[in-house]
Amino acid sequence: MARVVVVTSGKGGVGKTTTSAAIAMGLAKRGHKTAVIDFDVGLRNLDLIMGCERRVVYDFVNVINGEANLNQALIRDKNCNQLYILPASQTRDKDALSLEGVGRVLEELSKEFKYIVCDSPAGIERGAYLAMYYADDALVVTNPEVSSVRDSDRMLGILASKSRRAELAMDPIKEYLLLTRYDPSRVDSGEMLSLEDVQEILSLHLLGIIPESKSVLTASNAGVPVILDEKSDAGQAYADVVARYLGEKRPHRFIESKKGFLRKLFGGK
Amino acid sequence: MDGSQSPVLELKSSTFFAPVLVLYSNEVHLIAEKLRQKISGAPDFFNNSAILFDLTELNNKGMQIDIEILASMLRGLHLFPIGIRGGNDAQQKQAWTLSIPVDSGRSNGSVLLETQSKPDIQPEAPVEIIKEVFRAQATLVTQPVRSGQRIYANGDLVILAQVSAGAEIMAEGNIHVYNTLRGRALAGVQGDTAARLFCLDLQAELISIAGIYKTSEDLKDAVKKKPVQVFLQEQALIIVQLD
Ligand SMILES: Nc1ncnc2c1ncn2[C@@H]1O[C@H](COP(=O)(O)OP(=O)(O)O)[C@@H](O)[C@H]1O
Ligand SMILES: [Mg+2]
Repeated sequence: MARVVVVTSGKGGVGKTTTSAAIAMGLAKRGHKTAVIDFDVGLRNLDLIMGCERRVVYDFVNVINGEANLNQALIRDKNCNQLYILPASQTRDKDALSLEGVGRVLEELSKEFKYIVCDSPAGIERGAYLAMYYADDALVVTNPEVSSVRDSDRMLGILASKSRRAELAMDPIKEYLLLTRYDPSRVDSGEMLSLEDVQEILSLHLLGIIPESKSVLTASNAGVPVILDEKSDAGQAYADVVARYLGEKRPHRFIESKKGFLRKLFGGK
Repeated sequence: MDGSQSPVLELKSSTFFAPVLVLYSNEVHLIAEKLRQKISGAPDFFNNSAILFDLTELNNKGMQIDIEILASMLRGLHLFPIGIRGGNDAQQKQAWTLSIPVDSGRSNGSVLLETQSKPDIQPEAPVEIIKEVFRAQATLVTQPVRSGQRIYANGDLVILAQVSAGAEIMAEGNIHVYNTLRGRALAGVQGDTAARLFCLDLQAELISIAGIYKTSEDLKDAVKKKPVQVFLQEQALIIVQLD
């Protein structure tokens, strides 16, 4: 049986698609057969970040409507043969997905894949609901700012009460916090919430901190998930996240600014 | 799934919680104006709230009011009239045709929300929708109560995890939060003025006992972020730090 992982947040532009691409690639690179699904119908973003936009023929909606079968719609990643992408439709609207249809596709994927990563659209409406409904695990992507934290909290409430696991009174979805676009210097200056602030409000298991990094934009322009840029801070941070998700212990990095780090190192205050 | 049959529905005895609008005037435009003022003071509190209206006072004084106009005014303010109390036969019939149920109007559970100003409205007063209300056992919640979630307990409510801003917890009895309380907590919602509220870290948006409430702005710095208990004394909310 596959594990269904939703990457969700409530708020838009926090790094869900960046994270979905990185995590899916990270899992696949470690030899786990992984599918990543774009639930953002109408926007279609994941295929750009994965660099497969020119190979999209059929999409998620076609499969749900029976206009194509899964094998026709799944795109094998150009960098890793354990990774497949199920793109969203650019031409349909959000109502093209049905709960029952999503369930059917996930069940079929479960037969072949170890992990299914669901890239959720923003908001707490239907699209985000469909993306999280069947999840076993949730990565709650949060930026260190009040509105993002509040939206994540709301999404956590929905995971705990509206998901399939909640409705069937099964074990709850495993929830993980992923703090992204973290900029320690802006935390120091008080412009951003600190890790402690966010943890105090959400009190959630921290899977990792992804620093604000130019490498993310470079990678997305190149159509390569940033986790493959092993020299970059964001790439390394995502590699840590995948390792922790798979049960390895790794210390958290990228929490302190260089200034703060040096200050500590030399015992200043 | 495990193949067991999942039930289609269940009927449960439960209570429903809504403000009661007690009318002393039959001038709908005046009522609307006063209500609008109330709502602007606490928009979240009233937005899309169900509401009962109580015509006992008007009928005692023989003052006429048109239910249809009253109901459409309430809807215009994003309130949902869900019951009429103390109406005469004609008014009750009119309510029925508007799909507004008649409440027999045992208002012994109601408590005035404000003590200083004129009692022209009773937001937050409890309403019995189903009559066999009983004090249930304590409800235990071990998971965080997140923004947008609501919990209602027939008896006492004990919460071990945090209550987020934007969450709402309600109990007919006492409320204990052994963690941080950032949301809204309403104890004694059926009018039990002896109910108390306890929490280890008070950062609430609103606290209320038997309909008497304080919002975060009314909280003194001395009790903020402190372990406290809250109780009623002579219609006033008293907050004291626990040591
Ligand atoms: N760690 C990061 N550092 C810098 N920019 C980032 C980072 N994560 C995401 N971004 C940028 O933020 C924007 C939104 O990211 P995206 O993953 O599309 O968010 P979402 O899917 O939540 O809407 C993109 O322009 C992306 O390049
Ligand atoms: Mg996205």
